[in-house]
Amino acid sequence: MDKPFAISLEVGSSLANKTGTWRTERPVYVRNTAPCASHCPAGEDPQAWLYHAEEGDYERAWRAIMEHNPLPAVMGRVCYHPCEAACNRGRLDEAVGINSVERFLGDEAIRCGWTISRAAASTGKRVLVVGAGPSGLSAAYHLARLGHDVEIHEAGPAPGGMMRFGIPRYRLPREVLDAEIDRILGLGVTLHCNRRVDDLTGVMRDGAFDAAFVAVGAHLGKRAYIPAGSAARMLDAVAMLRGMEGEQPPLLGRRVAVYGGGNTAIDAARTAKRLGAEEAVVIYRRTRDRMPAHDSELEEALEEGVLVKWLSTVRRADEGRLVLERMELDESGFPQPTGEFVELEADALVLALGQESDLGLLERAPGIEIHDGVVQVGPDLMTGCEGVFCSGDIVPAERTVTAPVGHGRVAAAGIDAYLRGARYEPEPAGPEASFEALTPWYYDDAPRTMRPRLERARRESTFDEVVGGLDAASALFEARRCLSCGSCFACDNCYGVCPDNAVIKLEPGGAYAYAFDLDYCKGCGLCMAECPCGAIEMVPEPI
Amino acid sequence: MPYQVGSFAVGNRLLPPEERTTQADPRRANAITSGHRACRGCGEALGARYVVDSALRASEGRLIAANATGCLEVFSTPYPESAWQLPWLHSVFGNAPAVATGIAAALKAKGRTDVRVLGQGGDGGTVDIGFACLSGMFERNDDVLYVCYDNEGYMNTGVQRSGATPPAARTATTEAVGDEPGNVFGQGKSAPLIALAHEIPYVATATIADLHDLEAKVERAMGMHGARYLHVLVTCPLGWGAEAHDSVRIARLATQSGLFPVFEGSRGDVTAVTKIRRRVPVEDYLRPQRRFRHLFEPELRTDVLARIQARADRNIERFGLL
Repeated sequence: MDKPFAISLEVGSSLANKTGTWRTERPVYVRNTAPCASHCPAGEDPQAWLYHAEEGDYERAWRAIMEHNPLPAVMGRVCYHPCEAACNRGRLDEAVGINSVERFLGDEAIRCGWTISRAAASTGKRVLVVGAGPSGLSAAYHLARLGHDVEIHEAGPAPGGMMRFGIPRYRLPREVLDAEIDRILGLGVTLHCNRRVDDLTGVMRDGAFDAAFVAVGAHLGKRAYIPAGSAARMLDAVAMLRGMEGEQPPLLGRRVAVYGGGNTAIDAARTAKRLGAEEAVVIYRRTRDRMPAHDSELEEALEEGVLVKWLSTVRRADEGRLVLERMELDESGFPQPTGEFVELEADALVLALGQESDLGLLERAPGIEIHDGVVQVGPDLMTGCEGVFCSGDIVPAERTVTAPVGHGRVAAAGIDAYLRGARYEPEPAGPEASFEALTPWYYDDAPRTMRPRLERARRESTFDEVVGGLDAASALFEARRCLSCGSCFACDNCYGVCPDNAVIKLEPGGAYAYAFDLDYCKGCGLCMAECPCGAIEMVPEPI
Repeated sequence: MPYQVGSFAVGNRLLPPEERTTQADPRRANAITSGHRACRGCGEALGARYVVDSALRASEGRLIAANATGCLEVFSTPYPESAWQLPWLHSVFGNAPAVATGIAAALKAKGRTDVRVLGQGGDGGTVDIGFACLSGMFERNDDVLYVCYDNEGYMNTGVQRSGATPPAARTATTEAVGDEPGNVFGQGKSAPLIALAHEIPYVATATIADLHDLEAKVERAMGMHGARYLHVLVTCPLGWGAEAHDSVRIARLATQSGLFPVFEGSRGDVTAVTKIRRRVPVEDYLRPQRRFRHLFEPELRTDVLARIQARADRNIERFGLL
C-alpha cells in the first residue's frame, strides 16, 4: 500500500480490455478472381503473373504464365485479349496492356533462353496427339510436364497449325513461333510431321497408346455457290494463306476482292496488299458494327489502304469483274437483297466464309457422336469413346488461337486423370472481383503505354511485323498499372487505417501479408472499405 | 516511376521503406494501443495515432503530451487503464494549451532541449473552451505543437454543437426542426485561420483521409520551434450518423467537395494548399451522414444545399483548391 496520494489502483494498460467482444462482423482476407483471369480463354491468371512483373521479376512472371500457357510470345501477338476488354482499369482510365506485357515476357524468355522442365517423374503412359496446332501443342506440353510420353502426329509439313498456315508473318514472325514450339519439343515430346492420321483406333492400337487427343483444327474453307464464268479466278482464303508458307506465293493480280467479314478475310486482304495488289477490297454483307473481325485488325487494315464494301454480296464472278448486290438489314439485323446491282473490277476473288474440320479420322472410332460438324465431349473433353479426347476447332469454341490453348490444357488434365483411373472435374470459378469492390481513389493516374507500330509505307510492301514490343521500362510501367483486383498486393492500407491496431503485419508474409488480431478488432470495416483491391470482406460473427 | 498506389495508400511493397508512411512501419509506436474504448471506426482514435506516431518518430521518442478533456481522454484513459505509449498528462477541458506551455517552460528551465511538447484536444476543448489558453500560447510563441482533432461537436457529452459545427448539421442542441433546421448559418469560426492571424511559425490543416499529407505536416511542424498549430478533421461515426467503415471515405469527401480546405500557412500567410483531385458536389459528402438527413428527407432542401455548396465554392476560390 505504498501508492502515491489519492491513488488506489495499480496502473493498468488498455490491453486488458479485449474490444474484440464488441464485434458483430469480422474482416477476412479473400482472394477473388480478377476479371482478366475469368475472361482468359487459355485459363491464365494475368493478375497473378503481373504481380511478379510489377516487381521486375520477369522470369517468375513468365513461369507463372507457363503454368497455363506454353506460348506467351505467340499470345502476346495474336491473342485478341478478352482480358483487356474485361479489365477493371478500363473503367478508371484505360485497360492494362496485359497483352503487351505478355509479349514482353515471352520475348524476354526467348532472348534469355529460359526453359521449362518436367514437373513429374515418368509415368510410362503413352499419349497420341493428333495435330500440332495451338491445342495439340498445349496438350502435349502439359502432358509431358505431367510425366507422360507424348507423340504428336501432324498432317502438315511443319508444326503450328493455323499459327503457321493461317496467321500472316506480319502478325506472327516465324522465328517467334519456332522458338516457342522448340521449347515444347525440348520437353521430350516426339513430333512426326507429314503424318496424317486417318484411322485413329488403328494408330492407337499399333502404337500402344493409352489415350489420344484429337486437335485437327478447321482447315477446310467453307464454300458458297457463286455463278462464275470459266475464266474467273476464285480461291479460298485458307488455301491462299497456307500458300504463303510455300515457295511460290499465290498469284492474285492487281485488284483483289475478298468475300467475308471475319479475321481471315482481313488477313487475306492485308496479305494481298503486301503481295503487290493495288486494290484490296473486302466485301461484307452487313455493317461494320456487326463484323466478326476484331476492330483492331480492321483498323490496321484500313490504315494500310484496304477498302471495304459494306452491305454487299457477290452474285456473279467473271474474268476481271464481279457483280455485287446491295443489301439492307431487316429489323432482326439480317441482310436482305435489294435488287440493286453494281459491278466491281477484280482479278481474283478470295472466299473467306469460315472454316470447317475434316472429321474423317474420328468416324471409325466407336462411341463418338458428331452433331452439325461438332464433336460431342464432356467437361474433361473426353468423347464418347473411352480414352479419346477432342478439342480445338472441332468442339464449339471461339475460333482463335487462345481458346484452343485452353482446351489443350483442360484435355491434358482430363487425360492425366483418366490415365490415373479418375475423371477430371474442372474447378468451379471463384467469385469475380467487381469494380464496385475496389476503392479506386488509391490508384495513381497512369494512362497506358502504347506499343509502337510500323509505319504505313513499310506495312504495305513488306511482311515485317506491324506491331512492335514494349521496352523493359514501359513493360514495368504497364505491369504496375494493374489494380490487382481481388488479391492483396501489400499496400499496408488495412494495417494503417485500423483505429484499433488490430491488423498484424506478417514478416515474412504467409498466404497473406497480414492477419487480424481478433482480440481487439471491433469489426468497424474500415480495412474493408479502404482496401484498394477488394481483398477484404466482412462476414457476420456466428451467434 | 509511378507506382500503383505510391502516393495515396499507406505503404506499398514496391516502395523503398523510406518513402512509405510511418504507419506502414511495423515498428511504429502505436501511441494509442489496442483496447481503447473509442467507438467502432473512430476517426479521432485514428487521427491521434497518426499524429502522435509521426511526432514520436520525428522526436525520436522524446515527447510529452498534454491532453484536454474530451472523447480522446475518456476513451483512452478510464482509470486506472491507459492506452498511451508516451508520457501523457491529463488536464481539464479548457487548459491543455496552458499545461503544454508549462511543460515547455519546465523543460527549458531544466535545460532539456531534446524533449518536445505536444498539446492536443478536440474541437470543444480547442475552438471553444480552451481558446483563451490557446491564443495565449500562440501570442507568446511557446515551443509547443498543438493539435486539434476536429469532429465538429461535443461528441463525448452527447453530440452538442461547438464553434466548429458546420451549418445545417443536426446536434442535440441544434435539432432538425423549424424553417432552418440544424445549426444556423453565419456562426462558428475557423480556428486555423485565427491561429494563422497570430503570425506563428506554422499552421496547417489535414484529415485522416490523406495520411502522407498529414505525416508530412507533423514532420514539418516538429522540425520547427515556437508555437505551431495543426487542425485535423476526424470523422465521428456516432455524432455524424455515419457507417463505421465510412470514416475515411467521408473525410475524403469533405476535402474533395471543398468543404474542408487542406492548407499550410506560416507567419500570417497561406503558403500551400492540397488540391482537389476528384471534385464532388457537397451532396456526396452530406448524404451518408444522418446529421444532414433533414436536407434530403422528407423533402429535398435544395435551398439549404445551395447555401452549403456556396460555402464549398467559396473555399475552392479563396484557397485555390482546383
